[in-house]
Amino acid sequence: MKKKMTAKKIEEAVFKALMKGCALVVFGCLVLIIGTVIIKGIGSMNLDMITKTPEGGYYLGKEGGVLNAIVGSFVLTLSATAIALLMSLPVVLYINVYAKKNSRLATLIRLSLDFLWGIPSIVYGAFGFTVMIFFGITASLLGGIITVSLFILPIMARAMDEVISLVPGELFEASYSLGATKFETALKVITRQTMPGIVSAALIAFGRGVGDAASVLFTAGFSDRIPLSLLQPAATLPLAIFFQLGTPFPEVQERAYASALILTILILIVSVTARFLTARFRRHIIQ
Amino acid sequence: MLLITLGSGFLVFLMALGLCVKAWPILRLKSLGEILFSSSWHPLKGDFGMLPFIMGTLWVTGIAIIIAVPISLLTAIYLSEYAPKRMKEFSKPFIDLLAGIPSVIYGVWGILIIVPLVKDHIAPFFGVYSSGYSVLSAGIVLSIMIFPVIIHITMEVFHSIPRELREASLALGATRWQTVKHVLLRKSLPGIVAANVLGFSRAFGETMAVLMVAGNIVKIPLSVFDAGYPLPALIANNYGEMLSIPLYDAALLMSALVLFVVVIFFNVVSRYILHRINLRIS
Repeated sequence: MKKKMTAKKIEEAVFKALMKGCALVVFGCLVLIIGTVIIKGIGSMNLDMITKTPEGGYYLGKEGGVLNAIVGSFVLTLSATAIALLMSLPVVLYINVYAKKNSRLATLIRLSLDFLWGIPSIVYGAFGFTVMIFFGITASLLGGIITVSLFILPIMARAMDEVISLVPGELFEASYSLGATKFETALKVITRQTMPGIVSAALIAFGRGVGDAASVLFTAGFSDRIPLSLLQPAATLPLAIFFQLGTPFPEVQERAYASALILTILILIVSVTARFLTARFRRHIIQ
Repeated sequence: MLLITLGSGFLVFLMALGLCVKAWPILRLKSLGEILFSSSWHPLKGDFGMLPFIMGTLWVTGIAIIIAVPISLLTAIYLSEYAPKRMKEFSKPFIDLLAGIPSVIYGVWGILIIVPLVKDHIAPFFGVYSSGYSVLSAGIVLSIMIFPVIIHITMEVFHSIPRELREASLALGATRWQTVKHVLLRKSLPGIVAANVLGFSRAFGETMAVLMVAGNIVKIPLSVFDAGYPLPALIANNYGEMLSIPLYDAALLMSALVLFVVVIFFNVVSRYILHRINLRIS
């Protein structure tokens, strides 16, 4: 009996140590990744990187920066986020306000959003490209916007759905009892009540969209200039990193690290803001 | 609103249809078996055997899963059963952050840290030469990318197990680990499987990070230190030139279709399991 006791205590201790080790590995990886990017990036970071577009011979190590990619990424992802928001808000409101709770339609839509969420971005890229060929558009800002908005639609819709489905039923009832229609309730009560949650869902989707390279690889193309119209190709930060790293010149690779730092800082800002908004939203929920 | 809602639900089918239509020219000329199981990839001669790429994907994903499953499972158990509440709350944003890091950044990090590690330390340790750009490097980077997916869902599944079950086990004199082993893991096994399947499908379609560290040589990898050429990397690398070679675009969209089908299949399975679990709770 005594021996059994110690055996089980030892097992407990061994596994507890193992688990702590694993948790340490996971968080260590996060620290290591961000640390590496910061340390490597900060050395080659300068004002030119964020204020200039690539000049002649940039990819051979000459003057310039990645302003084209920063602007391209912002324009492309902001437009895509706006489109995705316009498409996902009605969907989420519909399955939460109009459809009955846990109805078959709502379940089906949630499931298909989950499937869409799981599809790799490269497949979105390939699909977007075939759609573009169908409509006769070449690699351009427009193509990128369409593809990225499809790619982030499920991410945004699911994040929003999680917030809106938490709205207490009483709020709906209070609104209906005042004579509001379903549409008024959805737009004026539910949307307003969950605004921070909706914004944070949009931010999460923006973060995913801005960091994804595979979906814009063939749809947005790449250009050293800042795009001036929807039909011009646009550079994006992830692709700028990828292409600069692919050159054989150490100076250009250094700039890839600096671009990676810019992208990482952007992602950090977006995700901290999203988290802050979610936390603020949680405070107002009636438990 | 109903229209947009139905439209978004319809998007999955639209994608399947679009990819099928585009991949049709090659499916009409060659049998599916020939495309999937032939290892002769010579686009200029019209040979489109995808076996090297499929094997590359399987190697990379397999390594990622082998590394990620035990680590993320143990981490999830620790965070949900052992860690103090504050630490649990504190760790969530960090897991989300890990999930939010773009794959290009993972790729950059892989080139800076993992590739040299494999080249200078791991491969020489086993007495093999490796350039570092190998399926092992890609697998390690991928495993880190799927940690958050698996941890997040596994923790949700653990959360759905009633507290009374744990208390009953503890009251019988079981240690915490025994409770985890005999009650928690047994009860949540389907959910854990679902979480790992979702992680697997994530890894299966991941492109940029893998493209950057896997080496991209058209050959079936024979060891973990060989370079591989996974399917997503194939699509990403060759999309530019595909329009100039006949059937090349169909072949590439065929590989996108293969990715799509595999990922959707695994998603359907795991979502079905998770859906059943959710029903049980509510």
